[in-house]
Amino acid sequence: MRNLLTRKSFNFAFIISVGLLALLPLYVEMTGDDFYLDLANRLMILAIAAVSLNLILGHGGMISFGHAAYLGIGAYSVGIPAYYEIYDGLFQIITAVFVSGVFALLTGAVSLRTKGVYFIMITMAFTQMAFFGIVSIEEYGGDDGLVIDTRSTFGNFFDLEDTVTLYYFVFVSLLISLFIVKRIMESRFGMVISGSKSNERRMQSIGYNTYRYKLVCYVLSGCLCGYAGALLGNFTNFISPEMMDWTASGELIFMVLLGGSGALLGPLWGAASFVLLEEWLSSITTYWHFFFGALLILVVLFARGGIDGLLSKIGLSK
Amino acid sequence: MRQTILSISNLSKTFGGVVATDDLSLDVEQGELHAIIGPNGAGKTTLIAQLSGEIFPDNGRILFQNKNITMLPPFKRSHLGIARSFQITSLMQGMDVIDNVALATQANDGHAYKFWKPARDDRDLRQSAIDALKEVGLEGREFEKVQNLSHGEHRQLEIAMALATQPHLLLLDEPMAGMGTEEGDKILKILQKLKKRKTILLIEHDMDVVFALADRITVLVYGRAIASGSPQSIKTDERVREAYLGTEGDLNC
Ligand SMILES: Nc1ncnc2c1ncn2[C@@H]1O[C@H](COP(=O)(O)OP(=O)(O)OP(=O)(O)O)[C@@H](O)[C@H]1O
Ligand SMILES: [Mg+2]
Repeated sequence: MRNLLTRKSFNFAFIISVGLLALLPLYVEMTGDDFYLDLANRLMILAIAAVSLNLILGHGGMISFGHAAYLGIGAYSVGIPAYYEIYDGLFQIITAVFVSGVFALLTGAVSLRTKGVYFIMITMAFTQMAFFGIVSIEEYGGDDGLVIDTRSTFGNFFDLEDTVTLYYFVFVSLLISLFIVKRIMESRFGMVISGSKSNERRMQSIGYNTYRYKLVCYVLSGCLCGYAGALLGNFTNFISPEMMDWTASGELIFMVLLGGSGALLGPLWGAASFVLLEEWLSSITTYWHFFFGALLILVVLFARGGIDGLLSKIGLSK
Repeated sequence: MRQTILSISNLSKTFGGVVATDDLSLDVEQGELHAIIGPNGAGKTTLIAQLSGEIFPDNGRILFQNKNITMLPPFKRSHLGIARSFQITSLMQGMDVIDNVALATQANDGHAYKFWKPARDDRDLRQSAIDALKEVGLEGREFEKVQNLSHGEHRQLEIAMALATQPHLLLLDEPMAGMGTEEGDKILKILQKLKKRKTILLIEHDMDVVFALADRITVLVYGRAIASGSPQSIKTDERVREAYLGTEGDLNC
């Protein structure tokens, strides 16, 4: 078939990035410089969160301004059990994914009744509610947050205490997340999501209860972001309501738009640019947010496909 | 005797002060091509919207295969076997032609909640989509992006998508809207083929087309059916001449 002939079988930018990420711990081992390992770790965790947001925002056209709620839920699903000295990773991750899914189901069922700016506002409002909900629980540190003294353990097999182990755990998680989203978007379900983004009215007319499909997509996205949150909790060793702040949701949107909304690898490029630029700009100026704003305006005006769009133009990404 | 597939009784719809559908009653019989004609703003599209469930009537009842569907949402009516096309082209821009049609196909084979198998590798699904495209003369254009098609091809795709849901009743809202004579002829041929095996409610401005295709014609003016009957009886109906074409009018022109 025509498709098969023109399809590029590999993606340069992706292969190089994955190679660099895979080899980074070796470099760190040799130089003893932990700094880059932490940077890349944070980058990959945020990339998973951005991948999950891209599923609803980029692929589904649902502009959620409250996605950081799931980072918070995931992180507290590690932190609260750890507070009671429950360090079982499987339990923590299942809790993170499950509670995120329920939160997404309940808030999505309401939010998806609305459209456009109302949807944006209502998703933001729900996340603010979660934010203040956590702030009000004194037991878990309220405003001040909670220290996680021990990272997740997985029976006698391994634990995430060692930074390099955590790093590879996150690395594999990122690859699996990308693979899952790729499969979902190419499946029948994914086609319905793409169709609903393009023309919801026509999709209803040809027989789709688009509300239900979008809700399922919303829940899947929430689950994946909750998982990212559980990783983030492990990574930072310290969790606080700040993680659910509306600016955190804004940053995830920034990553998706900058990287290329609706492109499979967009969130990866977006998260990488975000983390690296933040690091670099904040070392030279305290007004680095200003430059992020300017960059976003440029991308929206002149490069709608984001970084992924630019990469494919020069043949490095398909 | 023929069976009634669609039965509309005392349907009414107003928008603010505008009466778009005015106590309208109308039957469509199994297998017929029923044409609806009427001047601009007569309420033809509004009628289709109520039949497909996009808007709900203020009053009245719609029976489809003896089932009351008056308040059913569009996707449920699609599953019952009603499909519509749009006067103003409404397609999934940004997707391939074949994906548009395949979506319509998979909506009605009951397996859309599949999350893992690549939809584009599903041979049966692709084949039915290709068949629907052939039926409207779009073979060879499968892998084109929708936005790269010509206006005429958009109109063909409109019909293919409606067809791909395997409907019992087709609601076609001016399928030739905005087309030149040549492209229009293409659609006419498609409709001539289709009418042999589908029940069709057709809205059309072109009188030649209507008289060439219709088994029955209903004339709509200000949301009201002022006449309904065979093409012959409509041609000679005094009220139709007056209301629709002016007293001097000639329906053959
Ligand atoms: N959503 C709406 N809100 C307000 N008025 C409407 C709406 N939809 C239709 N109308 C009005 O209802 C009347 C019937 O409109 P409709 O589109 O059904 O006419 P039509 O017969 O399809 O006309 P045309 O031949 O131009 O397609 C018109 O006066 C129109 O302005
Ligand atoms: Mg109309």
